Amino acid sequence: MSDHTERLYHIFIESFLPLLKAGVAFTIPLTLVSFAIGLVIAFVTALVRISPVGPLRGIARFYVWIFRGTPLIVQLFIIFYGLPSIGLTLPPFTAGVIGFSLSVGAYGSEIIRAAILSISQGQWEAAYSIGMTKRQALRRIIVPQALRVSVPPLSNSFISLIKDTSLAASITVTEMFQKAQEITARYYEPMLLYCEVALIYLVFSTVLSHFQNRLEHYFDSKSAKKGSLL
Amino acid sequence: MIEVKAIQKSFGEHHVLKGLDLTVKKGQVTVIIGPSGSGKTTLLRCMNLLEIPTNGTLRVGDISLTFEENVQPKPKDMLALRRKSGMVFQSYNLFPHMTVLQNIMEGPVIVQKKAKEEAKTTALQLLKKVGLADKADAYPDQLSGGQQQRVGIARAMAVNPEVLLFDEPTSALDPELVGEVLKVMKELAVEGMTMVVVTHEMKFAEEVADKVVLLDQGKILEQGEPSELFNHPKHERTRAFLSRLINPI
Ligand SMILES: Nc1ncnc2c1ncn2[C@@H]1O[C@H](COP(=O)(O)OP(=O)(O)O)[C@@H](O)[C@H]1O
Ligand SMILES: [Mg+2]
Repeated sequence: MSDHTERLYHIFIESFLPLLKAGVAFTIPLTLVSFAIGLVIAFVTALVRISPVGPLRGIARFYVWIFRGTPLIVQLFIIFYGLPSIGLTLPPFTAGVIGFSLSVGAYGSEIIRAAILSISQGQWEAAYSIGMTKRQALRRIIVPQALRVSVPPLSNSFISLIKDTSLAASITVTEMFQKAQEITARYYEPMLLYCEVALIYLVFSTVLSHFQNRLEHYFDSKSAKKGSLL
Repeated sequence: MIEVKAIQKSFGEHHVLKGLDLTVKKGQVTVIIGPSGSGKTTLLRCMNLLEIPTNGTLRVGDISLTFEENVQPKPKDMLALRRKSGMVFQSYNLFPHMTVLQNIMEGPVIVQKKAKEEAKTTALQLLKKVGLADKADAYPDQLSGGQQQRVGIARAMAVNPEVLLFDEPTSALDPELVGEVLKVMKELAVEGMTMVVVTHEMKFAEEVADKVVLLDQGKILEQGEPSELFNHPKHERTRAFLSRLINPI
């Protein structure tokens, strides 16, 4: 091995654990927490958007409009660097969770809303015909089917989120990408280190896509409705 | 059992039901026929308020509601009236995420708050009645159309409606599957179930109906006993419609 290759090899090995640690300590928690909160926001927003209460509907639409229409990194900057000037200073991780949750909530609500609207009118009518109220119809008949339809697009959002958490580097969260930048500053081997961190992201998202497939299979076998999920 | 009085229904400018009166007696089978677009589905859907009539009065059992233009009836009243009847749909509309048994138990358990065990016993009896005792754990999409429709009937029956409404229950079925559904319907009729059936199965109408109603352009053109209406129609339009049914071009 030449000296240079040997050096690269050592840097790779030495960086691997710190990077993985940053991933496990920040990237994954940031993703999981933001996604969980985001899903709740998405679900509530979707329900509000199909509710008959006009003013609430307007607020929900406004929220989705703002968060879908502006870059995520700008949102993060406003939350982390902007809010302190009106007296609200947030720790970086918290700011990240808020930004990512709101973003997932906005996109996710559109997915869930579309899924609810995709359930045929006949399902509503069948629910009403056995005497259900609108609430009962939603809870028992429409939402369970809509959630199933939402699984594939929502898992896509989830995988995007894993990658998007790298934006948290820009608000000083020491997640994986931030760590990679730090190490790069020490060794001046950007090609190696950024490829290395890319590899770890790839592993994370591949493992999680695998779970996504499992989840879809689970829903598939439960309804025996092959192919109707997409 | 059902009294429809001066019912009108418009969709925007489109006047679909133009003032209908119809009485359905307890234990009787009423068959509604008529050309496509004459308002049969709309009339049936008005009877359990899947469509809200624009004007008129509707009584089902001991509950009566009067409708006026631009007055939204109270959800509570609508629910009470709707719960008097059960509906069987042309396209079955079973709940695809539930097994056959769950489909049938859903109304009794969720709407009527019955105990699960009790609901299950009743559901299994109903399944046996429609000849599908062995399909309790199947999902709807594992069943043929005829089987799905029989589950649809069992599901509608499960909440003990005073009247069952059928909207062309066999018209989405392959011809060889029509018989099994009609057979179940005949048995219900024999047991004294009050039924309103939109259908073009003339043989069924002749054998089972106590009354046949011919709808034309949103009005009742003619009604009477099946033998009377089929053999001695009073109106030229009735004659024309019947002959088209018998000799489709
Ligand atoms: N939801 C609706 N909105 C607008 N027009 C409708 C609606 N439902 C039915 N119609 C119209 O009402 C007329 C009668 O329809 P329908 O009751 O389905 O007739 P039938 O069942 O006798 O074929 C048709 O012209 C149809 O286009
Ligand atoms: Mg029709």
